[in-house]
Parts: sequence; structure tokens; C-alpha cells
Amino acid sequence: MGRSKVLKSLIKDSLDTITHGSKKYHIWMAVLTLTMLIGMYCYSIQLEEGLSVTGMSDSVSWGLYISNFTFLVGVAAAAVMLVMPTYVLKDIDFKQAVLIGEGLAVAALIMCLAFVVADMGGPSVLWHMIPGWGVFNFPNSMLTWDVLVLNGYLILNISIPFYILFRHYQGKDANPKVYIPGAILSVFWAVGIHLVTAFLYQGLQAKPFWNTALLGPRFLASAFAAGPALIILILAIIRTFTEFKVENKTIKKIALVVTVAAQINLIMLISELFKEFYAPTHHSESAYYLFFGLDGKTALLPWIWTAITLNVLATVILTFHKLRNNLKVLYFACFILFIAIWIEKGFGLIVPGFIPGPYGKIAEYTPTGIEIGVTIGIWAMGAFVFTILAKTAIGIETKKLRYKK
Amino acid sequence: MSNTKKWFSLNLRNTKTANNDSCGCGKTSGACDSSTNQHNLSDADFDAAVDTSIADETPKDGFGQVFDVQMDRRSAFKKLTASLLIGAGAVSTSCSVIADDDAKEKAQIDWEEQFKGNYKLMTNDEKSATVDRLVRSYQIRTGKTISMSSKNAEEDVLFGYAFNISKCQGYMDCVNACIEENNQDRNSEMQYIRIHEMKDGKGLNFREADDNYYHEVPAEGHFYMGTQCFHCDNPPCVEVCPVQATWREEDGLVVVDYDWCVGCRYCMAACPYDGRRFNWSKPEVPEKEVNHNQHYLGNRLRKKGVMEKCTFCVQRSRAGQNPACVEACPTGARIFGNLLDPESTIRWVLENKKVFRLKEDLGTEPKFWYFMD
Repeated sequence: MGRSKVLKSLIKDSLDTITHGSKKYHIWMAVLTLTMLIGMYCYSIQLEEGLSVTGMSDSVSWGLYISNFTFLVGVAAAAVMLVMPTYVLKDIDFKQAVLIGEGLAVAALIMCLAFVVADMGGPSVLWHMIPGWGVFNFPNSMLTWDVLVLNGYLILNISIPFYILFRHYQGKDANPKVYIPGAILSVFWAVGIHLVTAFLYQGLQAKPFWNTALLGPRFLASAFAAGPALIILILAIIRTFTEFKVENKTIKKIALVVTVAAQINLIMLISELFKEFYAPTHHSESAYYLFFGLDGKTALLPWIWTAITLNVLATVILTFHKLRNNLKVLYFACFILFIAIWIEKGFGLIVPGFIPGPYGKIAEYTPTGIEIGVTIGIWAMGAFVFTILAKTAIGIETKKLRYKK
Repeated sequence: MSNTKKWFSLNLRNTKTANNDSCGCGKTSGACDSSTNQHNLSDADFDAAVDTSIADETPKDGFGQVFDVQMDRRSAFKKLTASLLIGAGAVSTSCSVIADDDAKEKAQIDWEEQFKGNYKLMTNDEKSATVDRLVRSYQIRTGKTISMSSKNAEEDVLFGYAFNISKCQGYMDCVNACIEENNQDRNSEMQYIRIHEMKDGKGLNFREADDNYYHEVPAEGHFYMGTQCFHCDNPPCVEVCPVQATWREEDGLVVVDYDWCVGCRYCMAACPYDGRRFNWSKPEVPEKEVNHNQHYLGNRLRKKGVMEKCTFCVQRSRAGQNPACVEACPTGARIFGNLLDPESTIRWVLENKKVFRLKEDLGTEPKFWYFMD
């Protein structure tokens, strides 16, 4: 009885918090809402006309949607880099950052699911995929594994912060015996979601570009670089615009995580490039297409070389303590690293997998305006969800939001 | 349109552009609505109408398809919630006393079709029930009767296919026959079969082959090789499907339940043989070209956003006939039959010719062999 009353008050208070704010906050939310509406309009066109309004074809049958999905699974998985030290290793520095990290994971997962739904040819029969109701091809299809782990991770990342915030809202301390097991589980789970997503591609003998044992580990390395890099940027913004205190020490510690992951990612990239180009086989054609173009088709060239340049530059900057410890330089490095990995783990990975086709056909892929509109709309939705979650969490953590009896 | 059309004449929109005798409605003589309307138009309106009709006939990208057509916003939003409305509509119609019986029946059918199960797991009764519904629904919508089969695989049958590279001359009669038989979308010119034109002396070089030629065949210094779904015995596409909407039947056919497919296209990425096709927009077959002899797993009319593929013409093969491509081939390059029947031609080919399969290293075990004389 008491709890439901607190919950009711929490919902009322958080609604109050998210609808009130500075002018800048209102403009931010209005812009996001407008972008989402444009995205929804684009999606309504896609529903009406079919996926033919996208740039995808029988040759390149996955495009921008699946690319963003893949990248965002990595961002969601990266929340674990904050959870582990905070809850399991009891590193106090990360404590403020971890709620933000988990909020980011929730937003990223919602975006992931939205991208998958946007990519579906028949969203009205998606219930066929619900276990128990439809027919769930488990354990054969890696996509069913992905559905399970993503939704499980979503539940974990909603319930742990919710429990902590719910306790703090009432002015009580959260009981570590309740949330620590969940936190430990989510550490393994995060590795799981990204590995499973990598297996989705890795397990296809038809696509030599993906069919490599390095794909899974490389997914993890790049995720643990891009995700925390985004968290650093978000913490920087939160620090500037809210009263939420994030110490320099915290940001510098996360930066160390980013640095190590970026270095490992670069080593793996070198290993991959060596394998593809030292003794090129028939199976290296996709890599040739990606890095040098095939038959004069060079659509991805500017993208991938931008990504490689930014990636190397960011890793070099992060490696030098002096540069990394300068926050302005750090933010710049994190930003370019995030962009680099978005390209590399997004369409830099998905599109070349389809080129050349099974019989060597080279048909390029260019996303259409509608596809880009839906994509930006989903990103806006993610930002919207994250803003709501973060604003409530910050309200509770800064003791502004409290249950009044 | 002549009856002796080559496969490349299938682009109906472009045919219309070339055919100056006919107007937008497709009639070659007499009046149609659009032409009579145009007489009453002012010059400016007439130009605009011409622009629109030209725009209709040139291929467009995603933006063009949407913004260059007259967009009925109401219908767009209506379809946005289509799946919800099906349910709501069905309820309201079946409760309404005024609606006529056909509309009521149609709503009932739509409702049952939306929430039916996976064909693979249906009992024979359920299979014939859904087939009956689909036949009745087509009858209500078009007034035409189709025959649709739900015939299961027969015992001791395993279908296999052989392709004689020496004989194929690249006429593409198989491609034409396949499209006419299987009711593929005419707008996107969907084809299950691809004929690869290869240069002599280069070996089986698919990379340099041309699968989209428009010249007289057989071309000097070239040979031809067809590919389609190979109906693998260990099909990767079946493994990856998250909802078991595609599976291998007892007689070896790899089929799709079009109504169960969610359109994720994972099978397409998993197929090493380019054997699968996706309906990127609503597939359209002119009513007079529809093949009315259908099978649930085969050539029945598809919908937007689902996968489809070669089924070795399940509607024919399970009725004891050869697939349309085999029947249409003028050179006898295509051989089809029951691999479990020691007297079949396909068995003779496998036993007496040096046969090979494509990408055997992938372990997919295709049931499609190539050989040379």
C-alpha cells in the first residue's frame, strides 16, 4: 500500500520535473520532438510504400537501419564499463556516472529495438517473434538470441537504477544485497549482448567479410571505446548545464577505459588489415571494396578513410597522458573517436558485407532521404528518452526530488 | 502486347512509355477517363498533368516515389495503423447489422488470416482452412476463382535438379516461364533465375560474367550458366530465420510461408547463392496475367515486405509435372526429377556425368548439380 503511494508520487514528481526546465531545455526538447515527428512521417511513408523507399535492394539488403542497430548495441553494452567498478569493485568515483551510463544503455536499447522494427518488412506481424505466442526459432537463429539478450539487458538496466532511485527518492539508502547480484549479472550480460550481435554476422558462411573469428572481440573493443566516449561527452554536458556534480577524477578514469579499448581496437584493426591484404584471396574482395573500391565503385572510400584517420588520431591523443588529462582535448578526442567508430562499426561493417554479391555483382548502396529521416528520428527519440531519464535521476540524486509524506 | 515477348519486355511501365497508341489507362482504343478529362483542362493544368504522367513512367528513387506523386494524406495515415484497423474493422463490421454479407465475410477472413499460425505447424485441416479462406477472399475481391492447393510432400520423393552447361544457349525462356508461372511482381521485374553469360577461356568466372544482357544469343565466344535457389539439404537460410517462416519440406523443397514471414531479410544475408528475393513494395500482377493454378507454399499472390523464392514450382512438381523452367527450356539443358527414384533422368545424370555443385566448401549440400556433355 505504502509503496504504491510512493510510486504514484514519484511518477507525479518526475512528470513535473521533465516538463519544467530552463528555456534551453524546452528548446532542446521541442527540437527533438519535431525531429521525431519528421521521422514518424518518413516512417509512415515507408509503411505505405514498402521498403522500396529506402536505398536497400536485393543486393544490399541491410543498410542504415541495421548499421545503426549494430553500433548502438555497442553503446548499450558499454554501460557495463561503469557498472563493474562501481558496484562490483566498489570504486566510488564512478558512482555518479553509473546512473547516467545505465540511462544511456536504456536509451540505446530502445533505439536498437526501434531500428530493428524500422527494418522489418512486416511490422504488423512482429508478434510472430514473441516467444510463446509466435514461433521462436531458438536456439538455431542468432536473431532470437539477440531478441532475448537485448530485452533482458533492457529489463536489467531499467530495474537496477529504478530500485536505487526509488530508495533514494524516499531518502533511504539502497540495499547493496539487492542490487549487487543484478549488477554482476549485467556485467556478463553486456558482454553477451555484443558478442551475440557479432555472432549474428559472424555465423554467416555466405559473407566472408563477416565470417571471421575476430568480429566478436572487435565488436567488444570498439564498443568499450565508443560507449564510454559518449558517456564522457554527456557527463561534460550535464556538468555544464545542471547542478549534478561530476568530478574531474571520474571523467579521467572513464577516459582511461576509452584509451585502453581504443588501443586494443586499433591492434585488431591492424590484424584484420594484414589478413585481408597480405595474401588477398577471393574472400578479401569486400575489404578491397571498402578500402580501395572495386570496378570504379567507391562510395564508401571517403567514409572509411575518415574513420581510420579519426580513429588513429583519437587513439594517439588519448595515449599521451598530457593530452588526455586536458579535458578540452579529451572531449575532442572522444568526439572524433565516437564518429570514427560509428562509421566503422555501422555501415563500414554492414554494407561491404553485401558487396560484392554472391556471384560477384557489385551494386552499391546509398541511403535515401526517407531512410535518413527515419534514422535521425530514432536518434532523436533516443536523445529524448535519455534526457527524461537523466533529468529525473539527476533530480533525485541532487536531492531536489524527494518523497513528501 | 505480343505473346512472343522476351523477358526484358516485362518492364510494364516502360512498355507503356514506348507504346504511344495507348493512354494512361492501358486501352489502345476508345475513350478512357483520363483522356476525356484532359480535354477540359487549361494549358497549365495540362502541362502539369503531362509532367505527372511522365514522372509516373520514369524510374524514381525513394524520394521521387513519394514526393512526385499525389499523396493522399488521409489514406497514408489510415494505412499507418492498418494492422490495428483490421482488428477494429473486423469487430465493428461483424457486429453491424447493415453491412452486407460479403464485407462481413471479408472482415472475418482478414481477421482469421491476420492471427493464424505458422503453416509449417498446421494440421492438414488447418492448412485447407487457410487455403479456403484465401481462395474465398480472392473471389470476394476480384470475382475470379482460383484453385489453391495445400498438397503435402509425398513419401519417397526428394526433388533434385541438374543443369547442362553445354546445352544452355542463354535464351532465357526459363526466366519468362518462371515469371508467368509464379506470379512474381512485374514492377520490380523480379526473377528467381539468373542466366550468367561467361566468356570462353575464363572458366566459371561469375565475377566477370554478365547476368543482365540484352543482345542476341548465343553470343560468339560465350557460354551460359543458370542459377536459382539450389534447395540445399543443409540450408543456412532456414537456420537463421527467427520465426521458422522458411523451412525444408520432406521432399527437399525449401519453402516460405509468406504470411508468417516478418521481413527481417536475415535469410537473404545468409544465402550464399542469391536464391532469395524480397518484396520491397507491393507486388503487382495484372489480373489477366495471374496464374490461377496455385499452391499455398508456391505461386499464390504475395504481399509487401515478405521474402519469396524458387520452390521448384511446388504447385507443378507435387502434381507430377516438371517446373516451368524445365518445361520451357528449348535446349533441354534443365533436368528435374526424384532423386530417390533409380529410374529417373536426374539419377542417370548423377550416375553417368561428371557433376559438380557451386560453393561446395560451405557445406550447404545443394540439390542442384551442373554438368557438361
